Parts: sequence; structure tokens; C-alpha cells
Amino acid sequence: MNAMRVGLAALATAVSMSVSGVALAADKHVAITQIVEHPALDAVRNGVKDVLAEAGLTEGNGLKWSYESAQGNAATAAQIAKKFAGEAPDVIVAIATPSAQTVVATTNSIPVVFSAVTDPVGAKLVTDAMHPGANVTGVTDMTPIAAHMALVKRVVPNATRLGVISNPGEANSVTLVSLIEAEAPKLGMSVVVAAATKSGDVLAAARSLVGKVDAIYVPTDNTVISAFEAVVKVGNEASIPVLAGDTDSVKRGAVAAAGFDYYDVGRQTGKMVLDILNGAKPGDMAVQGVAKTDLLVNVGAAKAQGVTLSPELIAEAKEIIE
Amino acid sequence: MSQIALLGAIEVGLLFALVALGVYLSFRVLQFPDLTVDGSFPLGAAVCASLIVVDVNPYLATLVAALAGAVAGVVTAWLNVRLKILHLLASILTMIALYSINLRIMGRPNVALLGEQTVFSPLEKLDMPSYVALPIALAVLVLVVKLLLDWFLNSEVGLAMRATGVNPRMARAQGIHTDRYIVGGMALSNALVALAGALFAQSQGAADVTLGVGVIVVGLAAVIGGEALMNTRAVWRATFACIVGSIVYRLAVAGALNADMLGLKAQDLNLITAVLVTLAMVLPGIRMPFRSKGGAS
Repeated sequence: MNAMRVGLAALATAVSMSVSGVALAADKHVAITQIVEHPALDAVRNGVKDVLAEAGLTEGNGLKWSYESAQGNAATAAQIAKKFAGEAPDVIVAIATPSAQTVVATTNSIPVVFSAVTDPVGAKLVTDAMHPGANVTGVTDMTPIAAHMALVKRVVPNATRLGVISNPGEANSVTLVSLIEAEAPKLGMSVVVAAATKSGDVLAAARSLVGKVDAIYVPTDNTVISAFEAVVKVGNEASIPVLAGDTDSVKRGAVAAAGFDYYDVGRQTGKMVLDILNGAKPGDMAVQGVAKTDLLVNVGAAKAQGVTLSPELIAEAKEIIE
Repeated sequence: MSQIALLGAIEVGLLFALVALGVYLSFRVLQFPDLTVDGSFPLGAAVCASLIVVDVNPYLATLVAALAGAVAGVVTAWLNVRLKILHLLASILTMIALYSINLRIMGRPNVALLGEQTVFSPLEKLDMPSYVALPIALAVLVLVVKLLLDWFLNSEVGLAMRATGVNPRMARAQGIHTDRYIVGGMALSNALVALAGALFAQSQGAADVTLGVGVIVVGLAAVIGGEALMNTRAVWRATFACIVGSIVYRLAVAGALNADMLGLKAQDLNLITAVLVTLAMVLPGIRMPFRSKGGAS
């Protein structure tokens, strides 16, 4: 009987502790919601945090930083948005489309900065990317596909058939695939799309391209990127060069990418957050595209996948991975 | 926990109470383990959102979404009773097929509803913040659905449906066409789930193909959690338990989201939720022997 009472008292204490998280009034409060944990989205979050730190705002030192991940669950994302709306932070940072949509549906007064959203107008986060007007602005991660297709041609000059692996269930990927289908033929490449609806399907999707393509391009697709090693494995086995839309994947075995680092997207987002903390109105701030791109090449992967990188390409690279 | 977070948890809990009622119908009344809901929830969202963006009346769009869910339920039941495919497998087949169908319906993976007219738009004209108005409106709706379901399950048709689930051989001996009742019950169950999907999309601003992830888990947790929390011998108690279970589950998630003071991080959320739901299920069991010992008699 007493043990029961003690147990209940401990539970009550735990509950009251969990609800008493009140920050000092002077602290700037930045709340960040992310649909799921994965390296690119985590890099965005770190970019935001680092920019704030460089401006002298660190946790416990002028900054209250709240971070929640929905772990892929839409209902949880909705509850995170409501939690943040109740806390009324100075800025809510929403990473990726579903998290951003539910935050925008929940509040029309708290400043919202979205990041890693490919098509903010299509997702109805803003009506006009140049003049958002309301409480929402942010950074898109639309890939410069034309530049990427040109890079494929530079790495594999005689490529005529390009394989693309993507999840038809991801909004961003559908947009990217249609852009690839528009751009690749201009450089004399036909496009073969392999679908992977979950990360467990990526290996089979990559294998289905063997014998049908001269190069594989992986766009910034959450599902495929999470199982990128499977694509590299197939590329190495079948001597098909693998190119990626993001630079992180070069470190994981892609030959080259003229991408942007999601960390830099995060830094760009962080600067917008900083501007808002300093009094700027999100409605007056145009939605920004990716500002900084770098070329990364992986010499070891090139050898494994049967291509020779030209000396000019290697000279251009910001980073060379052996 | 702030008022908005608390009311938000109740709002999401009420939305998923409709899923729980649907899962109660299939799992408990019909004894049909139905995983179709992971597909029919986003199906309701997809149909409703696709219609609303082409300016169909939102009430009509929501109704059509529920009917689409009913069709999904009929397909699963048909695979089972006509093609004799094991019920679990039949529902999995429908569920994975719906992923592709939902993509076809929307034409893309995400249809945004922010700024569109929805069934919740009239609430904005009321003299109260939407985070208060929305849960109240949903509470009324869920209560009406619950009462209709209670009435139905005690009607002659409903009793025949319950008999089908409890003892199909006996039911057939009484002249009940069990196949028809399975088809009908599955249609009703998935219509409720699709209705929940349609309302979820409208309140959260978008339909997305990934909405279905884990819906069955949440629905089952609500049904079983509700049963653990209260006596469910009568039908009206069982349906009420679904609603309570769903709200308690969402409060547990909200509690987990607010547990950062204990050194817990965002990635611990699913674990904390599981622990809290376990506690919710075990605590009433501990209290009962305590009560009888206390001699309240």
C-alpha cells in the first residue's frame, strides 16, 4: 500500500517536472521540428544551431533551443506543432515539407522558417515566394538538375542511358524526376527510372538497372539516400558510375556530385532565423534558393565503378576523396 | 504542458478515436484482424484533399472519402470471403495496393490544403481560438458517431454482425449470411477510418501518402488501452473505451514530447510513448487488489 503511494508520488513528481520547463524571459526561444532523423535533415539542424552559436546564442546562454522529431509519424508531427504553438517561441524552424505544413496549419502568428522544402508554393506554405507576406518564409532545397546532368556527361562522356532511383511516394522526388526527364534528353541521354518505395527496396531497384544504363543518378530522395550503400554496391559490382544529388553521398561512395551540403542550407536557414530574432518580419523576406554549391569527387569510387576522372574535373573539386 | 498542446492532444486523440472505433469493429466485433486501415486512412485523406483542391464542397468531399474507405473494406472482405485468402493477408494486400492507388488519386505524394475551404472553415468565424473550437467540434462528431454505432450494434442487423464475429457457425445455423455481414462490417470499419483520414488532412493542412504509417498500431493501442482502463462488457462501454483509449494514448505522446526536462531527447519519443502506454495499462490492474484489500467492499 505504501509502496503504491510512493510510486504514484514519484510519477506525479516526474509529470510535474516535465511540465515545468520554463525558460528565462530574456532568452531567445528557437523551436525546431523535423519529420524524421536522417543525415541531411540533421545537417540542416546543425547548420542552424552553428549560425546561432556564432552570433553568440548558445543553449543556456541567451538561447532556449527546443528540438523534436516526429520519427516519421504524421500525427506526432501535428502534436509537435501544437506543443510549439503553445510555447509561443520567437521562431519555429520546420524541416521538410510535412512538418512545415502542419506547423503552418497550426499557427498564423508565430514566425515560421521552413527549410529543406523543395516546392514551398506547391506545398502552399507561401503563396508568393518573392513576397511571402504572412508569418512564413524559408529556404528551398531545389536541386540544380541541369548542372547535375551536365556533370553526369562530364564524368561519363559516352553515357546515353541514365538510370534514376527514387521513391515515387516522396513529393520532392517526383518533382526532381520530372526535371531530370526534361533535362537529360537535351544532353543525349534517355532516362530509366527505378522505383524504391522503402529503403529495403533500394538494392533491388539498383540491380534492375544493371545492363540497361551507363550511369546511375540518385536525386535527393530520403528513401534512396538512407540506403545509398546498396546503390554503391551495385555500381561497384556492375561497373556503373553512381552520381548523387548531394555531397554527403560522395563520401559514402558516389563518384561525384555538384551538390550543396545540407549543412550550408542549414546555415542559410540559420541566418534567416537570426534576422527574425533581430526584428525582421518573415513576410518581408523572400524565400531563398540554395546559394552555395561545391563539386566533390571520389577517386576511389571512380576506380571501383570503372571511370577515369579528367584532370580538369579533379582540379575543380572542392574536396577529393581517395 | 501548455493549453494548446493539451487541447491539441485531445484533438488528435478524437480524430484517432474514429480509427479506434473502426478497429474495434473489425478486430473485436468481427474478429477480423484488419490491416487495411494503414491504407484506408491515407485513402480518405487523398480522396478528400484531391476533391477539395478542385473546389468540390468539403462536406461532400469528406463523404466521398468515407465511401472510398468503405470500398477498400469491401475489397479486403471480398478477398477473404470469396477468394478464401487468409484475413490478415487479404488486408495486407489491400493495404499495399492502396499505397499506389493513393498516389494515383493525388497525382503526387502531397496535396496541400492550407488556405482551402474545409469542413472546419466555419469554426474560424466563431468567437474562440481554433485550438479550442476544433476539439469541441470533433468531440460532438465523435460522440454522434459513437451513439449511432451503439444503436447500430444493438439493432437486429448489428446483433447478427456481432453473432458473426463471436460464433460464425452458430450464426449460420440461425440463418445469418455471415459473408454479407463481414463485407458490411468491414465497409463500415474502413469508412470510419477513411473519415478520420479526411478530417486529419483537413485539420493538419495536407494529405500525404505517408499518413498511413503506424495507424493500425495507434488504433489497436487505443482499443486495447481503453479495454485496460475500463469495463467494456456492454457495447456502449466498449465504444466509449475506444475514445478514452485514443485520447489517453495522445496524452501519453504529449507527455513524452514534454519530457525533455528528464534528460530525454527527441529520438526517445517512441520508447517513452511505449512505456507510458504500458503504465496506463498496468496501473489500473495494480489498483484493483489495493482496493479490495482496503476493505471498501
